[in-house]
Amino acid sequence: MGFKSYKMGFKLSYKPFGEQAILIEWPKEILESILKDVLGFKEKLKTSEVKNIQEIRSAYQSLLIIFYDAIDFQKEVEVLKKIYFSEKNISEIKSNTWRIPVCYDEIFALDLNDLEQTKNVSQPEIIKRHTDVLYTVYFIGFLPGFLYLGGLDEKLSTPRKATPRLNVEKGAVAIGGNQTGIYPSPSPGGWHIIGQTPIDFFNPNLKPPCFAKSGDRIKFYSVSLEAFNDIKILVDAGVYQIESEGLYD
Amino acid sequence: MIKILKHGFYSTIQDLGRFGFQEFGVPYSGAMDVQALKLANALLGNDENSAVLEMTMVGAKLEFTCETLISVSGASMQPKINNKKVSAYKLLKINAGDVLSFSSPKNGFRTYLAVKGGFQTELVMNSRSMYQGLTSCHVIQNGDELSIQSYSDIDVNHYAALKVNHNYFEETELRVTKGPEFDFLSEEQQQNLMSFQFSISSNNNRMAYQLEEPLENSLEAIITAQVLPGTVQLTPSGKLIVLMRDCQTTGGYPRVLQLNATSLDLLSQKHTGKVCSFKFLD
Repeated sequence: MGFKSYKMGFKLSYKPFGEQAILIEWPKEILESILKDVLGFKEKLKTSEVKNIQEIRSAYQSLLIIFYDAIDFQKEVEVLKKIYFSEKNISEIKSNTWRIPVCYDEIFALDLNDLEQTKNVSQPEIIKRHTDVLYTVYFIGFLPGFLYLGGLDEKLSTPRKATPRLNVEKGAVAIGGNQTGIYPSPSPGGWHIIGQTPIDFFNPNLKPPCFAKSGDRIKFYSVSLEAFNDIKILVDAGVYQIESEGLYD
Repeated sequence: MIKILKHGFYSTIQDLGRFGFQEFGVPYSGAMDVQALKLANALLGNDENSAVLEMTMVGAKLEFTCETLISVSGASMQPKINNKKVSAYKLLKINAGDVLSFSSPKNGFRTYLAVKGGFQTELVMNSRSMYQGLTSCHVIQNGDELSIQSYSDIDVNHYAALKVNHNYFEETELRVTKGPEFDFLSEEQQQNLMSFQFSISSNNNRMAYQLEEPLENSLEAIITAQVLPGTVQLTPSGKLIVLMRDCQTTGGYPRVLQLNATSLDLLSQKHTGKVCSFKFLD
């Protein structure tokens, strides 16, 4: 994704969210062009002169601006609008492509058999379709380190399980609806588990705690159980380097 | 050091919470009744962000291994030192070997114990607030030992006390502003939302309070977006969920109202069966 100077041109809506936050919304769609505009605006705000902003959080098509204190909504919206339409050059943001090893072995892939039957797609075909895509990280939410990824092959889209599992293992790679994701910590969950990654997606002791950020890309690749175990040892020892490629495209 | 003899129903260490990590999906956490945390710390001259023990529904029993000063705030759990009744909202002196105990609250739901200098438990991402998956311990257990500083420079002539209005436990009106999806409700739904009395279901914890009485709901799910503590969500079944301090950072249910900070404190002192209603801030 490029972040060179470009005119921002979506019609945005500004709403108060409590007494000290403003929610900015883009059209109600999940699109890369919207993500790019959301992140571009976020970057402009971060480098702006505005001093009373405590935190800026992005999601698919929205930005939440949290101020330190109660605000005069109309006044702050004027300031924000001015920044949005300013043609100031923003420095390019480097986005990374992360190559994530996934073991699709049956000992991890608890729902791969079911998926093969309900979708009428062979297991190798499911794995191929899951690893062929370059996924986009839209934002992080739900659990610390849970990436909302866009780009799942439509053929793999599957409604969530009627009854969620009470314990999904950390590292489980799963499909829910038209999304795919990785459980960064043990959690209940209703997605269909098709594999397991040895990679840590959240580590509170690291700065930042997540290696991936909004706008990055994720590419899964299939590894054997042996390779999974080898990587896991390196990850646990804190010495594994995730394969990545930086881009300023 | 403090030794936990009985952990109570649900006790955790909390400060004001974890800020600046929400873009990584980290909840804020922090004391459910922020005002009570601040009062307990103020009595001791602590920094307002000092970590305290938050006890829910049934208080703990604990033994001090060193001298210190403490204060108690929030719900009235009838604190006793060595089986002798003591007052809340007052500076209390503790000697090594003293046993502090609490019972069930006469009013309110959560009680706070502050110690001079604050609890010195594990600091994760700038906060000592316990949260499963982040801190190594997420709820206090019997036998746990909590680190505190010994404090013996005590001038008994300066025992401060605070007069506190306990009526806030009985207050049922929650002050709100419109949530981002409020205007998508029909006029009738809006009126019902703002005029019904709702009772707190047994599904209430540090993450969220579900309310019992359903509203008719015709709103569709939203594209997953940001939520805050105090956000009131309308679920597909028509039940309302008020998000509390440990809530997730994003959600997919329509956000119909937003509680202000004082009302979030107020709600956190209510338990199953208690009632509440919503009123717009002037």
